[in-house]
Parts: sequence; structure tokens; C-alpha cells
Amino acid sequence: MTETQYLSPKTIDEAVNLYSKNQGQSKILAGGTDLLVQIRSGVLSPETIIDIKNIKEISEIKNNGEGSFTIGAAVSGASLEENEEFKDYWPGVLEALRLIGSEQIQGRASLGGNLCNASPAGDSVPALIASGATANVQGPNGKRNLPVEEIHAGPGKTNLKNDEILINFDFPTKEQGSADAYLRMIPRTEMDIAVVGCAVNITMDEDTCINARVALGAVAPTAVLVNEAAKLLIGTKLDNDVIEKAAKCCEDACNPINDKRGTIFYRKRVSGVLFKRALKIAVERAKR
Amino acid sequence: MNEMSNKWIGKNTIRPDGAEKVTGRAEYAADTTMPGMLWGKILRSPYPHATIKSIDTKKAESLPGVHAVATHDDSVDFPLDTPVILGIQDMRWMARNVLAKEKVLFHGHPIAAVAAKTEEIAQKACELIEVDYEVHDWAIEINDAIKDDAPILHDFIKFDGKPSNIAGTLEHKKGDIDKGFEEADVIIEKDFETAAVHQGYLENHACLVSVAPDDKTVIWSSSQGQFMVRAMTSFITGIPQSNIRAIPAEIGGGFGGKTIVYLEPVAAILSKKSGRPVKMMMTREEVMRASGPTSASKSTVKIGATKDGKIIAAKGVFYLQAGAFPGSPIRGAAGCCLAPYDIPNAHTLGYDVVSNRSKVAAYRAPGAPIGAYAVECVLDEIAESLNICPLEFRLKNAAKEGTKAVHGPTYPKMGYVETLEAALKNPHYKLPLKKCQGRGVASGFWFNAGGESCAQVNITEDGNVAVTTGHPDIGGSRASIANITAELLGIDINRVSVTIGDTASIGFSNLTGGSRVLFASALVVTESTKQVIDILKDRAAKIWNIDKEAIDWENGVAKPAGDNAGKFKPLTLAEIADQATPTGGPIGAGHQVNTVGAEGGFATHICDVEVDVELGIARILKYTAIQDVGKAIHPAYVEGQLQGGVVQGIGWALNEEYIYNDKGKLDNPGFLDYRIPVCSDLPMIDTVIVEVPNPKHPQGVRGVGEVPIVPPLAAIANAIYNAVGKRFYSLPMSPPKVLEGLEQK
Ligand SMILES: Cc1cc2nc3c(=O)[nH]c(=O)nc-3n(C[C@H](O)[C@H](O)[C@H](O)COP(=O)(O)OP(=O)(O)OC[C@H]3O[C@@H](n4cnc5c(N)ncnc54)[C@H](O)[C@@H]3O)c2cc1C
Repeated sequence: MTETQYLSPKTIDEAVNLYSKNQGQSKILAGGTDLLVQIRSGVLSPETIIDIKNIKEISEIKNNGEGSFTIGAAVSGASLEENEEFKDYWPGVLEALRLIGSEQIQGRASLGGNLCNASPAGDSVPALIASGATANVQGPNGKRNLPVEEIHAGPGKTNLKNDEILINFDFPTKEQGSADAYLRMIPRTEMDIAVVGCAVNITMDEDTCINARVALGAVAPTAVLVNEAAKLLIGTKLDNDVIEKAAKCCEDACNPINDKRGTIFYRKRVSGVLFKRALKIAVERAKR
Repeated sequence: MNEMSNKWIGKNTIRPDGAEKVTGRAEYAADTTMPGMLWGKILRSPYPHATIKSIDTKKAESLPGVHAVATHDDSVDFPLDTPVILGIQDMRWMARNVLAKEKVLFHGHPIAAVAAKTEEIAQKACELIEVDYEVHDWAIEINDAIKDDAPILHDFIKFDGKPSNIAGTLEHKKGDIDKGFEEADVIIEKDFETAAVHQGYLENHACLVSVAPDDKTVIWSSSQGQFMVRAMTSFITGIPQSNIRAIPAEIGGGFGGKTIVYLEPVAAILSKKSGRPVKMMMTREEVMRASGPTSASKSTVKIGATKDGKIIAAKGVFYLQAGAFPGSPIRGAAGCCLAPYDIPNAHTLGYDVVSNRSKVAAYRAPGAPIGAYAVECVLDEIAESLNICPLEFRLKNAAKEGTKAVHGPTYPKMGYVETLEAALKNPHYKLPLKKCQGRGVASGFWFNAGGESCAQVNITEDGNVAVTTGHPDIGGSRASIANITAELLGIDINRVSVTIGDTASIGFSNLTGGSRVLFASALVVTESTKQVIDILKDRAAKIWNIDKEAIDWENGVAKPAGDNAGKFKPLTLAEIADQATPTGGPIGAGHQVNTVGAEGGFATHICDVEVDVELGIARILKYTAIQDVGKAIHPAYVEGQLQGGVVQGIGWALNEEYIYNDKGKLDNPGFLDYRIPVCSDLPMIDTVIVEVPNPKHPQGVRGVGEVPIVPPLAAIANAIYNAVGKRFYSLPMSPPKVLEGLEQK
């Protein structure tokens, strides 16, 4: 067995330094619920593992007020769940993160890991995209801030450079009358992988939709932001025909494959259905 | 035996293996180690079908840390044209399944094995083995394997005089089928398909084998039969059975899948070559690719009935996949499918089809769920077209004592009608249903089995009881045997301990399968215990110096039969044991016999589903399994068997399937994409235990574990139809299939 070096830096600078020094041979470890599985199954055999959980910024939850949060990339599902304020402002993001795995997995699985693993089916990714969150990334050449939807490049690939680490997510201030929701379709009831995931973040002024973001997972090489659907909703009272048209937009936004988890036909059809159901939940939450 | 007076039979006593299991003490095969032990790993075929032109193991052998490399050349050579039958297996095939010889026949087929200092080195060495292949076209699905220009797996297998992938047939006939259909008022004929499903046992295959320089061999392994392990290892390695001691480890599930060997002969060969003990463990991926599953199938069932609801003719044709080697369970499909019914004219026919998949292994009532699925779905359609309640329809046609079954026997007393009556009476059957909810029913049958069993019942020096039997306990046999022994001796259950002996400590006992174990071992344990009681009376007679005939054994004591016998204070088991040496020596008795008199079991299931019609997801809302078990010796275990069978049936019906890619390679060899139900998918499975004792068994035992997986496939399919008005003829009824079907409606 090849020896693996485990490093646990305490600061971002230290982590960035170690990561860029061992470029290509090292892997970042957040919760490890993807990474360790990949190492055990022989898909990966990194020389160095850099654990980022001991870095303050990467592991902390900061409430900036009015719905704006800065969430460390390695914060686990279980610890985010314990934060009462986040739950009130971003129930959709939280429910997406909380769907990941089981109780045991929740003690470790993070938003950053889910995003950087870059599975098209990652549950929290559509919710992050719909929320309008941005990602703070740092490398030897400094910091960048980019919208979450720009991070995925394809299955297993991100647009982070080889030496960049995702530090945390900035969630925007929450608009009055807005709420988000996430739903996924799995054949079973848990411990499964999304065949389709859909997140809706909506802002209502009485009965009128004044802002919307819709995102889909598992239906294309990357999670997709469905602007066309959102555009159709904005400025309407969300009548049935508007919703049906937007659902059709979701179907059209899919670029799925036939595989062991679902057919093209199925994924398209289900995108529309989940969109309608998630929208309904988001609207109910927004009006509360 | 008088029901009411039973103290232990029928009681949920504490399971004897419980404490060891929940505290992590129970020893499974993977827990065993030995000094100097090596690790064995297997090189597997990257192709679904190829001729092996040569195997070069030199590089692997020279890798530091490697102690031995094995190929088929190291095993006993069984010529292709001469059957070597062992039980229901043919050692020609078994030897070639364990290590490929002329050809590799499925992706994952073992070709060679390495024993090395560590698993990693063994793995690396496997990759250094050079195999020269001539790659052939392959056939995975039945239709591809039976078409005219199909690639032929085994040239010498002929059907209709031509080389074929149809390796055998089996049929049952009764009456005049053509005349029967002529007289029918309604005839329904449908085609069905089921996917290959794996037993899904939690514990992967594992073993540790030590072959000493004098060939004395010890095998620790997880199996459903230590004697099966001994015999198959002996056949394949040439080591005589008398030199092999096979020790049964605790078993983490088998469901039929551990009734054959995969690793033990290979580890034995490696151990013999290296002079060291060799341990082997499969990964889950290896288990999925190269062990188990049961057959995928396609079938056509045609049933005719008269206007007044009498089934007058039935025909079933079943094609079952055998995988790489002949031997699919066509008997279960063709033999069980019509067993619950009294049908004057019938014909069932099964085809055994080889294709480039892993060799199938037994899985709970092998073949029977496939046959019942098709028949019970067609019966539902006939009942509907005649506008009769599907349970009343079955009741009207139910087989009873005296009915001549399509598969041959004339039934003695049996309890099918009782299961139907219990279903009709069950409140579940009348519960209201909401929109998109539906209810389905189906019945099922399994033969059950007898066969060879041995038992030894010994009284310990301190006056307790040690029972040894020879079958791995995969369904609660130890607890049930303890109940029976304590009952017969009239002593407290805690004074009885039951052990599964290894092949050196108990006589040949056939494997745990066919729902035979409690039927058979209760017979030999009962006989042994009776002999022990006889000896105890004899010893009491010696102590009191009176006639043995003048002594009764009651409630755990010997006492004078009446006043004439004399006045003596009763002697307890402990008191007699204490006097064992002066009265003649150790007290114990054994019995060994080929048990006969096994009788079939019948079940009727009621299932409610709710279908999310927008997503195509069917969820089980409520499920009641009603079964004639003969006699429930340990009701909690019986209930567990019923529930477990149902749950596996639910997985088979809704999500489980072997999915192959276009390279002939299994695409879902793990529990993420091979979807067995998780707890949250299931309601509590309700059970109704019906007891119509088997007249040919001292305690009335029939066999319990297999019948419950037979009805679920059709019960669920019928329930989905009832919910959404669309029938599905192909399993699994997974969400994409259901949604597509609903849209075509
Ligand atoms: C049993 C089980 C069930 C699961 N169920 C689900 C599910 O239902 N839905 C789902 O979406 N996922 C599921 N997963 C996958 C996994 O749990 C999630 O993707 C999880 O969010 C990963 O987070 P992590 O912190 O464990 O990531 P890690 O495994 O630590 O990291 C994942 C990848 O991202 C990289 N990485 C992590 N953090 C950073 C960073 N800050 N900067 C740069 N790169 C980084 C790592 O190097 C690695 O390549 C499951 C996994 C298991 C084992």
C-alpha cells in the first residue's frame, strides 16, 4: 500500500501554500464522505491529504443579518441544522444539504465538498445556485468570488484551478417575501442518489412573483440554472398556464443521458413535475 | 402433542445466538485468522465471452511477497462430456465456475488466483498475470441467447440436434390441455419478464483454509452447508473428504446464495501450493459480479376458465437464465406455479438458458416467484373479467387434501384454503382506499424438503443438555431445536444448548436450503431425545433396582409409573446425570436418517400500494402475509421469515435488477444502484400464521422461509393495476418504467 501523508493546516494561507506545493498529488479533505470512498475504491490515491476542517473561516457559520450568511465550505449538514437562523432564512438550502446520506454522513458532509465533488447529482448544488450564493475561492494568486453556478465544469470537474481552495459561501440578503425549496426524485426513500433534483427560490409580493431562480440537478453534465423558467414566472400571479410553461422550460433545459438511474424521457418529465412541486412549497413558505 | 400443554414449543424464547451477535463476539468467516496466513485474490475476466488461449503467471510468481498462483490446471480435471453430479449441482460446471478452464463465460469470471503476504501484493500480482484471449460475441439477455445465430457458450450442449444455449427443459402435464381450452369461456394469455436479482446477503463470501503438509485440511467459511463445502472442495481439489474438516462460521445471510462454493477450493489449492493458510474475502463488487443472482426470465401464461369461475385449463412456458453454466431453477417455476390450484388440464414447461452472466445460485424458493408472478397476474385478470373477487376466485379453485397437483403429488392435509379464508376475514382486505391507491392479492407455494440429517443429544455431567446438529442456522433453527428439546425432556429452555457441529463432529447433514432444516433436524432431534429419555429411564431403573417399564418420564423427572412400581422420590435429570458413571457411563444418543415426509407450504398475500402517477413511484402502504406454516415452533422467527421474504419480494418487484452495459459488463455492482429496499421504503409487514400441521412430522413442521417470497411480485403488480388501471408485465416496476407505461395508457 502506498503511504499517504495527512496534513491539517490551521490557516488559509498555510493550506493554500501546502496545496499549491503538492499540486496534482494532493487532495483537499472536508468531510471526506466522497473523498474517502473514492480512495478506498481505488479511484484516487493521493500522496497528500489536506484536511481543511481546522481552519476557522472554512468551518464557521457567520450571520451577517437579514439572511446574509457566510458559511464555511466544510461546515457539516448536522452543524448547519443546529443554526436556528439559517433554517429560517434558507430552508431550501438546508433541506437539500440534509438529504445527503444518512445520520452518520450528515455529521461530516459539507456544502463545499458536495459542490467540489462536482457530481451532476449533488443535492445541495441546485439549492445553492437557486439561492444566489457566491463562492469565495483562494489560491496562491489571491482571492476570487464567483457565482456557484459557474463552479461546475462537467461531471467530476470544477472551474477551480489546481491550486485553489473553496473557502466559504456568501448568501445574499434575503428579499422580503422570499423563500426557497428543494426536492429530489429517488427511487427509494433515502440512501439514494438524485435522478432529478430541483430548487426554486422565489420572491412574492402578495400574489405576484417579483423574483425567481430555478435550478435543476442530475439532468445535465452540470447543475443548471433555468433562467427561462424564472423569467416566465416573474411578474405573474403564477397561474396554472404560466407554471405549466415554466415546467416545460425545465424539461427543455435538461440535457440528460439514458443510464442505469433513469431514462432521458423520465428525467425530462420529472424535472417539470419537481419544479411544480418545489415551486408550490417555496410559495407557501414565502407567504408565511 | 397437546397444543395447550406446550411449555416451549410455540414460545418466543430468547435466541441462543443473540448475545454473541449483538456484542460482536459471533465469529464470521472473515473474523478468522491463523499464524503465517496469506491473503488470496482472484483475477477475473474483463470479457463476457472469450476463449483462454494461454495464461502466463511467471511475472506474478516472481513478484516479492507472492507465495502461490493457481489456475484451473491446479484443480481436478472433469471432462466436459461426463456429468459429475453432487446434489443438484454438476461438478463439471462448479470446477469451471470457480476457476475458468477452456473459456471465460462472463465478465468477472475467475481465471487465476494469487496468495501473497498482503491483499495489496496479491492484487498487484493478479494484474501481472498475462492472459491471451480470443474474444467472442456474447449474449446476455434470454432473447439474445436463444435466437438462431446466437453466440454459443458450450458447443456440446445441443437442443433439437443443434448446438444451443438451451441446456435443458422440464415439464409437467395433466389432463388434455387442448380440450380444456376449448371448453373455456374466458381465456387470457400474457407475456411476462423478470430481471435477475441478487440475494443481497449482508456478509460477503469469505473463508480461511489451511492445508497441512499431510493434506489435513481445515476450512472456516460462511456457507449454508459445511458438508457441501467439504464435498465440493474435495471434488475440485482431489483432497479426500476424510481429510477435510469444514467448520461452519456464523452466517450473515445466505438466502440460497451460499449453497455453492466460490472461494474455498481456490484457497485450498493456494494453501496446498504455498504451504500456508490462505484467507480470501470477496468485495461487494465481486459478490455482485460473480456470485448469486437468481435467474432473469421471460414467460407466457395462458389460463382458461368457465363462466362460473372454474379454471379449466392452464399453460405456462418459462425461460429462465442459468448464467454461464446449466442449472436454472426451472423446476421451481414450472412446478410451483399452479400448485395452489385444482386444475383438470394443465401443461407447464421450463427452458434452462445459458448466457454470458454469472452462474445463478439458489435464491429463496428458487424459480417459484417467477412462475407465480405470471400465473397470479393472469388469474387476477380472469377474476376481473368474470367480475369475481380475486380471493373468492382462488377459493373456488383451491387445491385441497386429495387434489392431484399438476406437478405430480396428491396432497395430504394442507392449508391453502385456510390462508384464503384468513385473507377474506382479515380487516386489511376491507380497508378503504384513496385515489391512486390499490390493493392486490396473490398466492404462492413452495415444495419444502427433507433429506439427510444427523443429530446428537448429550446429557452433560451437570445434568444439562447439549444438542449438536449439522446445518448452519440461517433462520432460527437453533432456537427452534432448543424449544423442541426442552419440551420433550420437560426441562427449562436455559438448560439446553444447541450447536452446529463441524464436519468432523457430526454426521453428514445436507445443506440448509429448501426450507428443510427445521423439518429434518426436528425429526432427528426428536428421535435422539426419545432415545435419551429411554436411557434416562433405564438409569433410574438401575438406581431404584426396578423394571424400566415401571418408570415414567414427566416434567424433567423419572418417577415410578404407579404405586405398584414402588415408592421412590422422583429423580431429576441432574440426579441421574450425577449417577451416570456407576449406572453405565455417559448418557447421549444420536440419530441419522434421510428424512422424508416434507410437505408444501402455501401463502396468500394482500398488498396495498400508492402510486405517485407523476413520478411513477409505487410505494407499499400496507402488507399482510398469511401463510400455512404447519407449526410455528418459534413464532417470532417464523414472523421474521415471512417479513424477510416479503421485503425481498418487494425489492424484486419494484427496483432490483441486474443492469448490463453495451460491453456485457454489469453496470450496477453495488448497493447504491442495485436497489434493495431500505427501512423507510417499507411499512410494518403484518403476518398471519396459519397452522395446519404437517401430518408426517412429529411437531407438524412444514417449512417456512421460502413461501413468503413467492406471492409478492404478483400481489404488488395486481395492486398497482388496481391503483392506476394499467397492468405492467415486466419487472422491476421501477419509476421510469411505470411513468412511461402510464403515459402510454
Ligand atoms: C453513504 C453516502 C450517501 C451519500 N448520499 C448523498 C446524497 O444523498 N446526495 C448527495 O449529493 N451526495 C451524497 N453523498 C456524497 C457526499 O456525502 C456529498 O457529496 C458530500 O456533500 C461531500 O462533502 P464532504 O465534505 O464529505 O466532501 P469531501 O469528500 O471531503 O470532498 C469531496 C471532494 O471535494 C473536494 N473538496 C472538498 N472541499 C473542498 C474545498 N473547500 N475546496 C476545494 N476542494 C474541496 C475534495 O478534494 C473532494 O474531491 C453520499 C455519500 C455517502 C458515502
